[in-house]
Amino acid sequence: MANYDQIRRANSAFMTTLTALCTVLAVGALFIILAHIAWQGIGSLNWQFLIDRPRPVGEGGGIGNAIVGSLLLLLISAAIGLPLGICVGVYLSEIGKGRFGGAVRFIVDTLTGIPSIVTGVFVYAIIVVPSKHFSALAGGVALALIMIPIVARTTEEMLKLVPHSLREGALALGAPQWRVILGVVIPAAAPGIATGAMLAIARISGETAPLLFTAFGSRFFPESLNQPIASLTVQIYNYAISPYDEWHAQAWAATLVLMTLVLGINIIVRFLTRRKF
Amino acid sequence: MVAIVIAMVIALASDAMLSIRQFGFGFLRGQAWNPIKGEFGALPFIYGTVASSLLALLISVPLSLGIAIFLVEQAPHYIARPVGFLVELLAAIPSVVYGLWGIFVLAPFLRQYIQPVLAQVLGWTPFFRGTITGIGLLTGGIILAIMVTPIISAVVRDVLAAVPGSQREAAFALGATKWEMIRVVLVNGAPGIAGAVILGLGRALGETMAVTMVIGNRPQISLSLFDPSYTIASAIANEFTEATGDLYLSSLVELGLILFFVTFIVNGIARILVWNVTRQTGGVGRAA
Repeated sequence: MANYDQIRRANSAFMTTLTALCTVLAVGALFIILAHIAWQGIGSLNWQFLIDRPRPVGEGGGIGNAIVGSLLLLLISAAIGLPLGICVGVYLSEIGKGRFGGAVRFIVDTLTGIPSIVTGVFVYAIIVVPSKHFSALAGGVALALIMIPIVARTTEEMLKLVPHSLREGALALGAPQWRVILGVVIPAAAPGIATGAMLAIARISGETAPLLFTAFGSRFFPESLNQPIASLTVQIYNYAISPYDEWHAQAWAATLVLMTLVLGINIIVRFLTRRKF
Repeated sequence: MVAIVIAMVIALASDAMLSIRQFGFGFLRGQAWNPIKGEFGALPFIYGTVASSLLALLISVPLSLGIAIFLVEQAPHYIARPVGFLVELLAAIPSVVYGLWGIFVLAPFLRQYIQPVLAQVLGWTPFFRGTITGIGLLTGGIILAIMVTPIISAVVRDVLAAVPGSQREAAFALGATKWEMIRVVLVNGAPGIAGAVILGLGRALGETMAVTMVIGNRPQISLSLFDPSYTIASAIANEFTEATGDLYLSSLVELGLILFFVTFIVNGIARILVWNVTRQTGGVGRAA
């Protein structure tokens, strides 16, 4: 029996060590990837690169227009996606309690998992085809569609954390439900909602697939929202699959810029909230 | 919101109508994808999508389980929180960045060090044959595995945390070792873990950019993991803007429609499984 006991103990020790190794592996992968981006990207990063527009191979060029384009796309999608997403979240938390609310919640959750490329095809069908050209607007709508379910769910979670006594107090003072929601519940949850919004923005700023055939990309600074527009992610993709070493180096540098943005938001949010989502 | 979903289905379906009428269910079985001759069959893409996703799960499920077990059952609080955050950061890295890393770091690494060894040791199976290029199903699967690991492990973490502490105490009281106790917890959370895995599958099926950049993009069905392949999502990403002719475009939209329905169903199943576990025990399910 003593022997069997030893085997059990050894097995336990072995397996628990294995789980620790799994964790080390994942965290190690993160650091390897980040370190490689920093190492490769820092070389071609300079001020000129950040403000210039793309040039033919051999003439340098930069990602200025892509940075402007990405910011514009984020702005459009936030203008559309945030209000809609927050409204859906408020509905889920405050109004839709019944069967229909449950169905909406289920659909919102499932929409989060719809591949972003399918969203791109959808926006292509409803905006790009009727208007007959790619546009920044179409790209913004595609990103907004991805954003809505994420914002809706985090808003709902945040509103649920608001104590019921606050709602009851306001209702007891004679406020109608819309006043309660607008004047009491939403302000109480505002920091949480803002956090969710920032995370959603971080998420969509890395999206490439839905932009390929909506915003399409461009080699110039944007002049109108009705035209194709460049974005960091599509630029990285195009440079990465090109055969030129110079463009590869630029892709790494652009990635460094993108990662600074995305990870920056994630880490800031983490420190601001210090609470688990 | 509901209107968006309905509009999505209608828009995709109406655009895909042309190819649905032309090919019927044969579209799903067709092996040829030759835009010049006007032949469109989805089977190579379906094969590539399923094969790369399953390969990803094969790697990432044990890994994610290990991470979740470590973070929930073993690591002290002051380690579990920052490490958990780091693992979640893996999910924050954009897909195109994984693709870039895949092309320039992972693919050459596999070509030089890993694939020759695999070919030598396991070359007698049909899975590790052919030219070693570094680009192909294996690389796509590994990239996908890295990408879905944070998602699966985050959900499994929630599921394990929702298993009541009394189960653990009971197992210890019966003289179980730590690992035997963990097995009890795993059995308790099994439906939720299944849900997490399916959720990861849904993500892997629809992942586009990273896979497009490393899988080789050749519509063929080959058992070997070294051979290039093609997924539904990458076919759309690559060929959509170049598609000439209504039938070509329509076929690509139909591919999108297939992907939409498959991921919708897969995600739906996953949500139901995860909800049931975390709701029963009063835990809060987290949107992954």
